[in-house]
Amino acid sequence: MADPMKIRATTLGDSTEVKVLMSHEMETGQRKDAQGQTIPAWFIQNVIVTWNGRTVLSAQWGTAVSKNPFLSFKFKGGAKGDRIAISWMDNRGDKRTDETVIA
Amino acid sequence: MKAVRAAVALVALAIAPSLLAQGSTADEIAKYRAALQDGNPAELWEGRGEALWKQQRGPKNVSLERCDLGLGAGVVKGAYAQLPRYFADADRVMDLETRLVWCMVTLQGYTEADAKKNPFGNGNDRKSDLEALTAYVTSESRGVKMNVPMRHAKEAEAYRVGEKLFYFRGGTHDFACATCHSEEGKRIRLQDLPDLTTAQGAQKAYTTWPAYRVSQGELRTFEWRLYDCFRQQRFPELVFGSDAAIALTMFLARNANGAPFDAPAIKR
Repeated sequence: MADPMKIRATTLGDSTEVKVLMSHEMETGQRKDAQGQTIPAWFIQNVIVTWNGRTVLSAQWGTAVSKNPFLSFKFKGGAKGDRIAISWMDNRGDKRTDETVIA
Repeated sequence: MKAVRAAVALVALAIAPSLLAQGSTADEIAKYRAALQDGNPAELWEGRGEALWKQQRGPKNVSLERCDLGLGAGVVKGAYAQLPRYFADADRVMDLETRLVWCMVTLQGYTEADAKKNPFGNGNDRKSDLEALTAYVTSESRGVKMNVPMRHAKEAEAYRVGEKLFYFRGGTHDFACATCHSEEGKRIRLQDLPDLTTAQGAQKAYTTWPAYRVSQGELRTFEWRLYDCFRQQRFPELVFGSDAAIALTMFLARNANGAPFDAPAIKR
């Protein structure tokens, strides 16, 4: 199982900034190993962020996203103490969900 | 007069582009680092290291929370800023990585070979526990002033040996650490190399390791930095946790005294 995400969410004025670090290899499928065998593509495909259960961001990712991706975005309406949950699923079906509260 | 002025202008033109190119490259790399600092993946290693520190592991099934890093059993805060140092229980000067191995052996019951069999990750699936633990411990010294002691005779000896190693020329290329690191303004490809013989240069270099290397997708420790410098010089392999590695670390860490520690950082 993948390592936990690092999430920070802070509200300033009427907008909430969410910053997420995810631990993932993000193999492109273009690289070869020492034996010359292609390393199969392995990447996060879907990302969903919810705020108190309501989806505020949903994304489909591909192989162009870097290893150990960093995602940062803002949305309106969040308040201190609200719950932010982030889930990703990769092309092998591995999943991970982590939560935080807005500070 | 007109001719002279034209000549002066030509000279100025000839010099300007190369100076500009160098200055702007370093500036752009600095901007790149600043942009990445916010989402430094080193945090992932810090988190994994903290979990490893607290987890009950090894044949004796205990955590590392009683490990003495020099400031007393279990004190992590600020410990890295005072390493390497002499440890009476081991009768040896140790850097952080060596001390972690010591604790894994004495507290957790690992064999020494087991504890240090994977000092550096391969940037892929083979992750190193030692790199993660190092990331965690060093992160607890962020902002703490470097204060490496030199009270014990063995600490002074390690410093002297480290200094000797730094200036020692050898290998197929007749290289020394000092060949690249004892003058201002040297570069390897586009990277500026710090002059480690000045306090400022040693401080800037030492306080920014460990670092997440974007090009390798891996967190790298100071022992790795030395190991790879030896490889680049075509020196014999620097053995992990060896007296040579610790002595060089001692020399550079001690020279960095007085500067606030600022890592895990992020580098290209």
